[in-house]
Amino acid sequence: MSEGWNVLEVVLRAVAVLAAFLVLPLLVGQTEHKVMAHMQGRLGPMYAGGFHGWAQLVADAVKFIQKEDITPARADRGVFRLAPFVALIPYLVAMAVVPLSPTIVGADVPGSALLVLAATGVGIIGTLMGGWASASKYSMLGAMRAAAQLVSYELPMVLAVASVALAAGTLSMVGIAEAWTPWWLLWQAPGAFVFLVAALAELQRPPFDMPIADSELVFGIFTEYTGLRFAFFLLAEYAGIVLFSLIFSVLWLGGWAGPFEAGLGWLWTILKAYAIAVLMIWLRVSWPRLREDQLQRLAWVWLVPIALLQLAITAVGVVMMR
Amino acid sequence: MTETAVSHRSSRQRALTVGVGAGGLATADMVLNIGPQHPATHGVLRLRIVVDGERIVTAEPIIGYMHRGAEKLFEVRDYRQIVVLANRHDWLSAFSNELGVVLGVEQMLGMEVPERAVWARTALAELNRVLSHLMFLGSYPLELGAITPVFYAFREREELQAVLEEVSGGRMHYMFNRVGGLKEDLPAGWLGRVDKAIVNVRKRLPSLEHLLVGNEILEARTKGVGVLARETALSYGVSGPIARASGVDVDLRRDAPYLAYGELFGPNGPGRVVTREAGDSLARLEVLLEQTRVSLDIAEACLDRLIQLQPGPINVKLPKVLKVPEGEIYCATENPLGFNGYFLVSRGDKTPWRLKLRSASFNNVAVLTEMLPGQLISDMVSILGSMFFVVGDVDK
Repeated sequence: MSEGWNVLEVVLRAVAVLAAFLVLPLLVGQTEHKVMAHMQGRLGPMYAGGFHGWAQLVADAVKFIQKEDITPARADRGVFRLAPFVALIPYLVAMAVVPLSPTIVGADVPGSALLVLAATGVGIIGTLMGGWASASKYSMLGAMRAAAQLVSYELPMVLAVASVALAAGTLSMVGIAEAWTPWWLLWQAPGAFVFLVAALAELQRPPFDMPIADSELVFGIFTEYTGLRFAFFLLAEYAGIVLFSLIFSVLWLGGWAGPFEAGLGWLWTILKAYAIAVLMIWLRVSWPRLREDQLQRLAWVWLVPIALLQLAITAVGVVMMR
Repeated sequence: MTETAVSHRSSRQRALTVGVGAGGLATADMVLNIGPQHPATHGVLRLRIVVDGERIVTAEPIIGYMHRGAEKLFEVRDYRQIVVLANRHDWLSAFSNELGVVLGVEQMLGMEVPERAVWARTALAELNRVLSHLMFLGSYPLELGAITPVFYAFREREELQAVLEEVSGGRMHYMFNRVGGLKEDLPAGWLGRVDKAIVNVRKRLPSLEHLLVGNEILEARTKGVGVLARETALSYGVSGPIARASGVDVDLRRDAPYLAYGELFGPNGPGRVVTREAGDSLARLEVLLEQTRVSLDIAEACLDRLIQLQPGPINVKLPKVLKVPEGEIYCATENPLGFNGYFLVSRGDKTPWRLKLRSASFNNVAVLTEMLPGQLISDMVSILGSMFFVVGDVDK
């Protein structure tokens, strides 16, 4: 009997994670539509669904489903068709271990911070596959840029997470959030900054959207994609925003720490993550795009040294407070 | 970073002359067609570039996808109809294009244009310049990945287009010039509404400027990128804001005054020629921003004068068949993008025997062959956007 209950629990948890994975990115996407529009003196979607275009993304999804699924004749068929899933699924895996509160978590594993970093690192392979398999020069250049970008954000990101893990003395995200105190806002601020910049680069969001760069590479790696596969790449991007905002919220903003923590902890985590997502949107609205080599310069001249310095500061802090 | 980039580039170039990879990684050049359909070419300009990785080895602008035979068509249209054709090649500065034709014809006819028409034309030409500049101030950042400035620019454009639409009925191809003046008189109260529009635009221009000037990323993408040397600019006949950004201090409004520019660019006039020495993309953008302000000032001065002028005609009554006496004339105007000249040869017919069009963008795009080699694809977009061209103006 208990065997059956366990299976049911796993299934329910998986469904819940999947639901969050499908709904939260739409929320961020709709926010982007509206926030960006109002920052630019526009209204954004106003018709779909009636009230302020709330169903715009649902309508978009319906449209994407109807589109013909084209694989270019000279594309590497299998790789081309697989790529969007390779880009998308790692984020789903990572989402499963990100806690909203000590109890609300898909799967509470001891080294969740490590697992999240490892899983998200795989997503980029989908991008590279798509770029390579498209048999298009623009896609190829985009993929090369994505690869070049990879070397600049992975290290700072890992170092930034290492710092909070060191501060909390655990690799469990729940453990890190439990160990968080408001004092971290100052103590871990450099690391937080590094993580945020690196996350933007990993997500290929402006100002680091060089692999897509619509004005330079048409649409970079996504140039040849249509319909649902294209939609999956887009979903991967927004799922990525949700994921990294949640990670930021849990690791640097204390996640569920706030008034009525016991009951409303999950809401605090989500609200904090939402603020970070809006920040990412805001950056997209305000800034132009950097050049690939400029991102690398930024990473190696600023992000890596700052992250290392943060690690040293954290180490000193941990020793002194013990 | 720049040092390594330079040494890197020279080794790459050496490798190319030898034809094999120089010791290190063997690289193969790739031909990449930018255009005719590409987001960065504003239409159908095509660049065939050879790239080594992302580094451009050679670049060749291939033009003519939008060639509409304007010059040949001029020869079978009478002078009224020519204005329709002539305002189309640079669709962002239709009014200024019309102007060149009618000014040339008026000079050949020895026609005296009413003073009110002169000042009204000057005001409209400057408003048209602001419209064109605003367009590029919006689209250039877009090419650099900044998606917001274009909306700010279009808000201001809308304000000015409203008054231009009111006076001419057109939002793009105004068709408001006639040989001998303007099509019809200015509507009652229009001057006040233009004044208000100018005040509004000037008031809100800083919000657009703040998105661009001083932004570190924008500077990183434009400063020192695509430097056009003064000599190169001169030898290719580059003109307009691009030439002035390279330190070529030439502006036909001041140097060969037409309309009311002689007075406006004279002592105590609001007109001044904006120049920069750097010659890079940033300088070109700065010239455009500054010129927008100057043009607003000039337009305002014209409005002030128009209010003071006595009521009178705004055009000259034309004969039913307009024939231009035998002769030839070259009439150039300072269009938003540079020199726009018409070489008009008449054999005394009602159509020109030949009407040669010298458009600004043609020369400004030709110089890309010199500017692009050695640049990255990203910088190519930064350069292309800052050359402020209109494909119709290239292809005629």
